[in-house]
Amino acid sequence: MKTLVQDFLGNSTARWPEKPYLICDHEVRTFRQIEGDSNRLACELQRSGVIRGDRVAVFMENSAELVVSVFGILKAGAVFVVINPTTKSKKLAYILSDCGVRTLIAQSRLARVVEPALAEAPCVRTVLWTGCASSDAPPGRAFDEVLKQPHEPPADPGLIDQDLCTIIYTSGSTGNPKGVMLTHRNMTNTAWAISTYIGNVPDDVVVCVLPLSFGYGLYQVITGAQVGFTVLLEHSFAYPYKVLQDMAQHRVTGLPGVPTIFATLLQMAPFEGLDLSSLRYMTSAAASLPPAHIRRLQELFPQAKIFSMYGLTECTRACYLDPARLADKIASVGKAIPNEEVYIVDDQGRRVGPGVVGELVIRGANVMRGYWGKREETAKRLREGDIPGEKVLYSGDYFRMDEEGFLYFIGRKDDIFKCKGEKVCPKEIEHVLYELDAVAEAAVIGVDDPIDGSAIKAFVVLRDEAVLTEQDIRHHCRANLENYMLPKFVEFRDSLPKTESGKIKKTALVQ
Amino acid sequence: MERQQQIRAYILENFLLGQDGGFGDEESLLGAGIVDSTGVLEIVGFLEKTFSIELQDEDMVPENLDSIRNLASFVDRKLATQRMTQ
Repeated sequence: MKTLVQDFLGNSTARWPEKPYLICDHEVRTFRQIEGDSNRLACELQRSGVIRGDRVAVFMENSAELVVSVFGILKAGAVFVVINPTTKSKKLAYILSDCGVRTLIAQSRLARVVEPALAEAPCVRTVLWTGCASSDAPPGRAFDEVLKQPHEPPADPGLIDQDLCTIIYTSGSTGNPKGVMLTHRNMTNTAWAISTYIGNVPDDVVVCVLPLSFGYGLYQVITGAQVGFTVLLEHSFAYPYKVLQDMAQHRVTGLPGVPTIFATLLQMAPFEGLDLSSLRYMTSAAASLPPAHIRRLQELFPQAKIFSMYGLTECTRACYLDPARLADKIASVGKAIPNEEVYIVDDQGRRVGPGVVGELVIRGANVMRGYWGKREETAKRLREGDIPGEKVLYSGDYFRMDEEGFLYFIGRKDDIFKCKGEKVCPKEIEHVLYELDAVAEAAVIGVDDPIDGSAIKAFVVLRDEAVLTEQDIRHHCRANLENYMLPKFVEFRDSLPKTESGKIKKTALVQ
Repeated sequence: MERQQQIRAYILENFLLGQDGGFGDEESLLGAGIVDSTGVLEIVGFLEKTFSIELQDEDMVPENLDSIRNLASFVDRKLATQRMTQ
């Protein structure tokens, strides 16, 4: 049976045309409105020459326009690439060029970042700007004008479920981000698996504070279309009190978060004057939620189930812990999601039994197609499975399994760590630090932090006679890195500890 | 007005790297990708230190903090309330 991601929206529109799909900035958009607007956008993209398989990027904060863009791009037959709105010009240009983006849909407020990037990414032929009238749009076309066109269905691009649906950029250990390719089949399968184990129903109202550039955020909108529930789409979690007010007002039933969000919430408890009794579940992913926080959340929201989960962009989600087992398996991230198998292997790729630490391997319809344009890196992660020709995903994470098959996260094979739930690649930050002439040596590590999980700490050794202040370093980082990658701590040292081969010994910096 | 300029100078120095670039006093700091949740906390720290005010959870909403103008009027209101309660 063929199901494409945009069919989710079409089916829900047919069933509940006037039901709210999105609530954003107190504005309600029904399924029918998003269906109609995405059709208009798809027609515009097709008129401008976008064809099946082309990449169309979306660069904006969480908004109804972003969701319209995602579905409009798919209906035109193209592949959507959602880029984090705090990305700076240089990296934006890298992403646009890496996957050969043909059309960019961007928020006009981000024009100061977009314009320098376009100069370095000649593959982009058309730009559509949201949030402005055509008269004051930067060179390009105004998105709002497109939505004023008379409604017509786009031409059928003839997609099948093996076609690419999205490319999600994620930090790579080499420093350059990698584009994870997911097909329609990947996404429809995963949306079904997630909404099945969570037990989502059409009456759910799920708040999404996670950026849609992040698979975990994106899937809230996709499962919303699949199940037919309402998504309360927040721009971010930067104003937690506002989010709580909105949650109370809209009787939110589901809160997907990362440990940093839950840590912030716990600091704000008890939520006086805010009725959050409608909340029936919370999900946590991206990093492990400390057991003490899980217990506090259970006390604060006794009516809500808590799902501890683990995943990676390359397969979206790998496992979840059944909330019924939270009491006796509090430190576990559970077992495989529906229609998936996970197992642990040793260094030779042989399966190991309970209690033995090894790399987690994921097998299922949720496993990515590979990294865009990166054959070698793809081959490292996607390897031959037991069935000839089948590719399984080597997660790069160490796990162990207990006698009952419950999984426990142990650590990563490389030095990537999670800060506020986002993957941080030390090399990417170090590369930026080395761009400063005064920097002789730089090393970035994650240090334990009660809110961030791991906070980013940069160690810097200056060249002889060089003068550089902490403020200079912060300025330079802010100009070149996404906000979540900015070091929280900067420490100057006269020298850095080295291994015998002369490499910086990061383990000696951790203390 | 003086207060607004002081706040503007802080935002330009710390978030826009000293480059004015025509950033408007009404523009959303979050929407323009200038701050994120950590940035908001930095701004809160700046306000508390510079103006000797204390922010409660319920003060942390975009109506108070998400543009240079909102920040300035919020500080005005906050200082006025503090004077009244003293």
